[in-house]
Amino acid sequence: MIVAKNVSKKFGKFYALNDVSVTCHKGECIALIGPNASGKTTFIKCILGMVVPDSGVINFNNNSIARSWLYRNQIGYMPQIGRYPENMTIAQVFNMMKDIRKPIGTHDDELVNSFELDKIMQKRMRTLSGGTTQKVSASLAFLFNSDVLILDEPTAGLDPVSSEILKEKIIREKNKGKLILITSHVLSELDDLVTEVIYMQEGKLNFQKSLLMLKQETGEQKLAKAIAKVMITSNQ
Amino acid sequence: MKKIIKYVIVDLLRNKIVLFYTLLSLIISFSIFNLESNTSKGLLSLLNIVLIIVPLVCMIFSTIYIYNSAEFIELLVSQPLRRRTIWISLFIGLSVSLSLAFLIGIGLPIIIYQPNSTGFMMLLMGFLLSIIFVSIAMLASASTRDKAKGIGFAILLWLYFSLIFDAIVLFILFQFQDYPLEKPMIIFSFLNPIDLSRIQILLKMDIAALMGYTGAVFKDFFGTTTGIVVTTIVLSLWILIPVWISAKKFGKRDL
Repeated sequence: MIVAKNVSKKFGKFYALNDVSVTCHKGECIALIGPNASGKTTFIKCILGMVVPDSGVINFNNNSIARSWLYRNQIGYMPQIGRYPENMTIAQVFNMMKDIRKPIGTHDDELVNSFELDKIMQKRMRTLSGGTTQKVSASLAFLFNSDVLILDEPTAGLDPVSSEILKEKIIREKNKGKLILITSHVLSELDDLVTEVIYMQEGKLNFQKSLLMLKQETGEQKLAKAIAKVMITSNQ
Repeated sequence: MKKIIKYVIVDLLRNKIVLFYTLLSLIISFSIFNLESNTSKGLLSLLNIVLIIVPLVCMIFSTIYIYNSAEFIELLVSQPLRRRTIWISLFIGLSVSLSLAFLIGIGLPIIIYQPNSTGFMMLLMGFLLSIIFVSIAMLASASTRDKAKGIGFAILLWLYFSLIFDAIVLFILFQFQDYPLEKPMIIFSFLNPIDLSRIQILLKMDIAALMGYTGAVFKDFFGTTTGIVVTTIVLSLWILIPVWISAKKFGKRDL
């Protein structure tokens, strides 16, 4: 569904992405893992067209995403740090997004209800705490029943109850056969979510393997330990 | 596109600065017309406001507004929208609000006190200048991500158009005073929308006679219908080119 070929991006002299090629299929739940500044967010932003790669192509459903925008109808995106117009209320942000994307049709309000956002709809975005802003971002990402969900650090800043709600929602969407891309530093919570792992380091793709294969190769049962083992062996 | 323009205009109305600007220019214009016994003198005082204050307000306000909409732009870019649509919608939203503010704040008093060809020329020029400086502001804010740099650049551009350019032209005039410079002067004036507007309005005021031989040459060219059409075309280019370049820059920007 999403195929990236030899994508490179330089910020000044620094390679944020260096010759990254990955393939993502429908029905997979992919974890994008790597240390800080390894290019995960840049890669996600390339898929969304927010960052234009210096070289390489990204195909979405066999069409190049360069200069196209309609493909984003099929993507729900939750940014790492959601930034919203400060003067708008939550309700206004939701209405605006609905207006832009899908004025009619069914919206998936499940997260809005379970996060109890409907009770604070009149609050302005400026007054929200970091966690509440994350809840708004998550609800917006799931609102349009998109085929692809891209979640950048979805549980960062959420309290345990909310992150559990979000995790369950992600699993339900995965079972519907959607493609889900997640980046996270909390590897322990990815265990029961992901089917595939993409590991990046310093802008380069280290490997793309299924979770099963990774566990077999390292002989570990937990993703966190498996990754730790990979990191140690790659450092030697 | 319509939807985004709508959101920009609603946001600008909520912002209240545009309303304040409208009200303030309304008060200034009415008091100028009422202070002078002769309303055409009032028009002359208003000329400086149209040529200096209107561009300044449009430029600074638009630049700051675009920088402050960074979140809004970021949110929209990740949605199924064309980047150019987002950028052009911002431009249209700002132009509509600021030119409307001009038409009400300064245009209304002009229509009431001076409903003649001079008044309408000033109306047209002020309207075009409002949009031109929104367009130049778009260019300034697309050029750099640094807010302070962008606003500084906008102020410098305004200074250039309202002061520095004239100084350069004067300098050239003095250096080459032995040569006939009347024709090149017409070309020079195309390089500055403020000068172009000033010439058009002054010619309508019939004080071109005071400008000597250059004034006569100007009248021969700018006073005719062709001259007015050419001026309007050049001013339209001053709107289109900066906004076009800025849309290109924005299309390549990393967010």
